[in-house]
Amino acid sequence: MTTPSRTEAPGAAAGAPPPPLLLRAGRSALSARMPTLAVAALLVVTVAASAVLQPNFFSAYSMTASFATFLPLATIAAAQTIIVLAGGIDLSLGTIVTLAAAVSVVLMDGDDARLPLALAAGLATGAACGLVNGLVVAGLRLQPIVATFATSSVFGGAALLVLPQPGGEASPALTETFRMVVALYVPVPAVLLVLLWAAWRLLRRHRFGQYLYAVGGGADAAYTSAVPVSAVRVFSYTAGGLVAALAGVALLADSGAGDPTLGTELTLGSIAALVIGGTRLRGGVGGVGGALVGAVVLSLIQGLVFFAGVPTDAREFVYGCIIIAAIALAGLLTARGARRPAHAGGPR
Amino acid sequence: MTVSTAPEQAPDQPERPDRPGAPARPPLARRLLRDPVVVSGALAVLLWVVAALYSPEFASWGQVVTLLTVASFLGVIAIGQTLVIIAGGEGIDLSVGATATLSAIVASRFMDGSNEGFVVAVLLALGACCVVGVVNAVGVLVFRVPPLVMTLGMIAVVTGFIRLYTGGRPEGSAAPLLRTLVTGDTVAGIPGVLWLWLGLAVLVVWLLRRTSFGWRLYAVGGNPTTAYLSGVNTTAVRFSAYVLSSLFAGVGGMLLLGYAQNVYTSLGTDYMLNSVAAAVIGGTALVGGVGGYLGTVIGAILLTVLDSLLRIMQIGGGEWGDAPRQIIYGVVLIIVLTAYGRQKRLRQ
Repeated sequence: MTTPSRTEAPGAAAGAPPPPLLLRAGRSALSARMPTLAVAALLVVTVAASAVLQPNFFSAYSMTASFATFLPLATIAAAQTIIVLAGGIDLSLGTIVTLAAAVSVVLMDGDDARLPLALAAGLATGAACGLVNGLVVAGLRLQPIVATFATSSVFGGAALLVLPQPGGEASPALTETFRMVVALYVPVPAVLLVLLWAAWRLLRRHRFGQYLYAVGGGADAAYTSAVPVSAVRVFSYTAGGLVAALAGVALLADSGAGDPTLGTELTLGSIAALVIGGTRLRGGVGGVGGALVGAVVLSLIQGLVFFAGVPTDAREFVYGCIIIAAIALAGLLTARGARRPAHAGGPR
Repeated sequence: MTVSTAPEQAPDQPERPDRPGAPARPPLARRLLRDPVVVSGALAVLLWVVAALYSPEFASWGQVVTLLTVASFLGVIAIGQTLVIIAGGEGIDLSVGATATLSAIVASRFMDGSNEGFVVAVLLALGACCVVGVVNAVGVLVFRVPPLVMTLGMIAVVTGFIRLYTGGRPEGSAAPLLRTLVTGDTVAGIPGVLWLWLGLAVLVVWLLRRTSFGWRLYAVGGNPTTAYLSGVNTTAVRFSAYVLSSLFAGVGGMLLLGYAQNVYTSLGTDYMLNSVAAAVIGGTALVGGVGGYLGTVIGAILLTVLDSLLRIMQIGGGEWGDAPRQIIYGVVLIIVLTAYGRQKRLRQ
């Protein structure tokens, strides 16, 4: 946006003075960072509203409980973001979460000694599911939406095989660690959330992190630039599956039991969080940071609807309307910078 | 699909092309193997034969009619899905399941087991669906929300509204007239719902192939810029596609109501992604501009036959519950899609 105005500046200087430097810089920062600013504003609003409506919102106990509910959704949103950035989408992520959690909970069976093995098995399951998705999408070249719908049926079925009913018993060490408060106001889930973000920053610096954006931005161009497109796609789905398994572990640690039927809901939540966080669904634009904040905002809104005294039967409706409004707002802001002419009729 | 494969097959073309100036066409056998309608039709027949061999009752006339009746619900709901997908712009309507449930719930409340309020109930139900469609369209076309996200968000809104409207306990039941239409014999031993489906199918195929609306739909889906420059009102075309999608979902929901007689809040949930799968199996590409309703009809029948086959083989009964059926369903879906639903290679 600033480039044209700079090139025109010499000609325009004769008639009118160019806009002040500060203003220009501000404008460019605004247009580049619009989604981030929007989601940050949303975060501030929701946190402020929560603080007003929930008297004890900033108490140590309440912080622990809040972050414990943020973490699973934030983690699965991060997983979805990795996949979407590379130009895919994974409708089976929710079932991967439940499958990984089911495998873990069945293996650990309430025993602390089995915890490491169970966690490793859960994560391996997640990564394996992601690998299957990646191979189906990149290897067989199926359209991601239908392909991952099909695999979600497979993974969901497998989760039901492993754990037919909600139940199982997580190891006490896992649930207790999850509820611990490290320092004054900082519970373990918050630390994990920061660790997740740090891991993303590391990946972002790595070659494959750059490849994700390249492939999502334009697979053809990436291919011609010698980016291993198929490998990057498989990697994105595998990494997504692994992170989804982490979400499964977080869910397990939060609730203390497995539930094989949560699948769809989690997938939908992850996509909503990602869009609110400013990631473009077509890939190539966005980041995990936004998705994490988006997930926190979503969870906060859900809590707000509860604490604002909305009648029980109306809660879902109000929540849904707020989500739609937030998504539409995010959509407007994200489309601002790169709005196509009206005749293009939206993205192709 | 055939267009993209044509250049690869050019060397295999027959010695004497029918018309010298005509573009090279691959041999008939190859073309048939690549035609989604033919492949999925053959597969549906094959599955049906397997089912009939396994359980001879399956081949009886009554069973075939029941099978087609069940397929008709998916088929009718998938009409709108097909239209939206053809209209392009990453078009997809995931809210059809929730919309179908909404329609059934509104209709049953106003019918309340009698024929008196039939017309009013149908109009009110369709009106409610129309509202959902308009909101979807406004979100997608005005606020530029990606269709996947918008319709996903609408699921939350519609489900929330259902909860608000019914208080969690849906009331009423289907009018006898609707019941007769769906389950009773009407003409030639075939239930009225099948005649209705046939009529709708003919109407939609005619609409897509012979009317200017159909041609505009394909034009917009294929290349919105060209369509716009050729004088097509792209926004209006897409808008009507979303509204029609919700309307047909509503019709499908009412048929489901007639079949199930009573409503429950998860009545239409399964149709959300199955309608997409039916369209894609039938050769409608998610990129838009390619496909047709005939394929979707076959896709709906194929999915229903597959589901019934797995049910009568008692896969899914007994100690394992639903799980193995889900797994096999997903695997078969991937195999079917692999047959022709693949995207083009990056390397050309």
